[in-house]
Amino acid sequence: MVLSTTSLLNNIYMDLISFLVEPLQYAFMFKAVVVSTIVGVACAILSCFLVLKGWSLLGDAISHAVLPGVVLAYMLGIPFGIGAFVFAMLAVVLIGYIKNNTKIKEDAVMGIVFTTLFALGLMLISKIISSVDLTHVLFGELLGVSDVDAWVTFAILSLSSLIILLFRRTFLIFCFDPIHAQSLGLPVRLIHYSFLSLLAITITGSIQTVGIILVIAMLITPGSTAFLLTKKFSTMLQIAVATSVVSSLIGAYSSYYFNIATGGTIVFVQGVIFLSVFFYQNINARLVARVVADKASL
Amino acid sequence: MKDIAIALDRVNVRYGDNIALSDATINIPYHSFTGVIGMNGSGKSTLFKAVMGLITPESGTVTICGDDPKTAQKHGHVAYVPQSEQVDWDFPVSVTEVVMMGRLGTQNIFKTASSADLAAVQNGLDRVNMTAFKDRQIGELSGGQKKRVFVARALAQGADILLLDEPFAGLDATTEKSLIALLISLQESGKTIILATHDLLSLPDVCDHVALVKSTIIGFGPTKEVFVRELVEKTFDGTLNHITFK
Repeated sequence: MVLSTTSLLNNIYMDLISFLVEPLQYAFMFKAVVVSTIVGVACAILSCFLVLKGWSLLGDAISHAVLPGVVLAYMLGIPFGIGAFVFAMLAVVLIGYIKNNTKIKEDAVMGIVFTTLFALGLMLISKIISSVDLTHVLFGELLGVSDVDAWVTFAILSLSSLIILLFRRTFLIFCFDPIHAQSLGLPVRLIHYSFLSLLAITITGSIQTVGIILVIAMLITPGSTAFLLTKKFSTMLQIAVATSVVSSLIGAYSSYYFNIATGGTIVFVQGVIFLSVFFYQNINARLVARVVADKASL
Repeated sequence: MKDIAIALDRVNVRYGDNIALSDATINIPYHSFTGVIGMNGSGKSTLFKAVMGLITPESGTVTICGDDPKTAQKHGHVAYVPQSEQVDWDFPVSVTEVVMMGRLGTQNIFKTASSADLAAVQNGLDRVNMTAFKDRQIGELSGGQKKRVFVARALAQGADILLLDEPFAGLDATTEKSLIALLISLQESGKTIILATHDLLSLPDVCDHVALVKSTIIGFGPTKEVFVRELVEKTFDGTLNHITFK
């Protein structure tokens, strides 16, 4: 009996290994796993700062605003990351400029800028690109990433993640108390625009995996889930990266085995993890409150 | 000028068409404890920003401990203790991490902590009696403790001048008293304390100097000379019957 239980467990273990490893012998799947992992890491790290700074909407705005850049890059035959980055920065500068020169509130300014640029993208697309390609831009196409795109994405996102981690203390102070930073002579404007550039780069690099529409989820959910679970920033970073990478891998394998949309799966799993943590904590808190109340009434 | 910590000479600050400060002149001596009073929008926060070097006046000069504002920033002469409502208390940072932020100006580009930084943070925490709470997340503190953390940050910074924005807002009377005692002990150890306050009742007991702000400095000097009915009522555009002036 003991022997057979061990061998059964052994079999399950071997099955699991082959379930995970077997797809990797295909080059397209190996690429997909590498790319989705680095996208998960890069977005998760940034999401911690974005959530704490309260800039989630700005991330949403930038991700939509890159659409015309992607289409123009396609027309000109240049890497679409370049087009996306140019329009991401255009959106950032335009939002900042309009906000500083009107009495209109920032959320309205963002809404106007990003929908205008997104609409321009839709106009260009309708004349130029097939509807299949449109779907890829809007919703991502992880398994169809070319070799060059995969390695470029990997290099860019690794580099931007490294920069954010190296300067994490500066970015954290920028989020927490920019006035203090400025009063000690730190170049707050430079930090501000560096952060926005890194955000634009990360969004650009992640679009192929999850698409324009859903990339914002990758930039909000992991940080929010981690924020629920800890009061320490270093732990927050670790939890965010862990949940994000697990979600990315589930997304990649789902599209291999079940032919389900990768981006959709990644974002859905992240959302489920967030909701699970939220409801677990909420119910737990109620139970504790009831136990305390019961004790008090005794 | 050797005994002057903060000198503003005919300073004009304008935001678009709004004149925030016009022709403001003030000379705040070292080791003084100054209360800055004025209505909302009177220019108190503009005055603070000018002292911190966050805004460049249209004209006039600001001198901090003998330095221009940019040099003063590099030396960390001025530390700011923000209003409670300006701070995100849910932010995942500990008491130690906030106090460490006082060391920013002297740290390397990656802001890693040296042994000197750790010692300065420890001294700051000891000075305000917060060492026992050093690993707490900042939201897990009482109102008075929260203030002490930011005072510790100013001490870790090595600042000579402490600017406090409405430090007593939301504090109960006992906590306010103990915070005042801490600030007075810092003044006695050589710091220059400046606070913006709405608390006119306790002001004469706390501050040895008063600055009256109404788009300019309409009065500055020892409390018993400046904190008089005529000038204070002019500052607030009305009669103040609930206050007894000495």
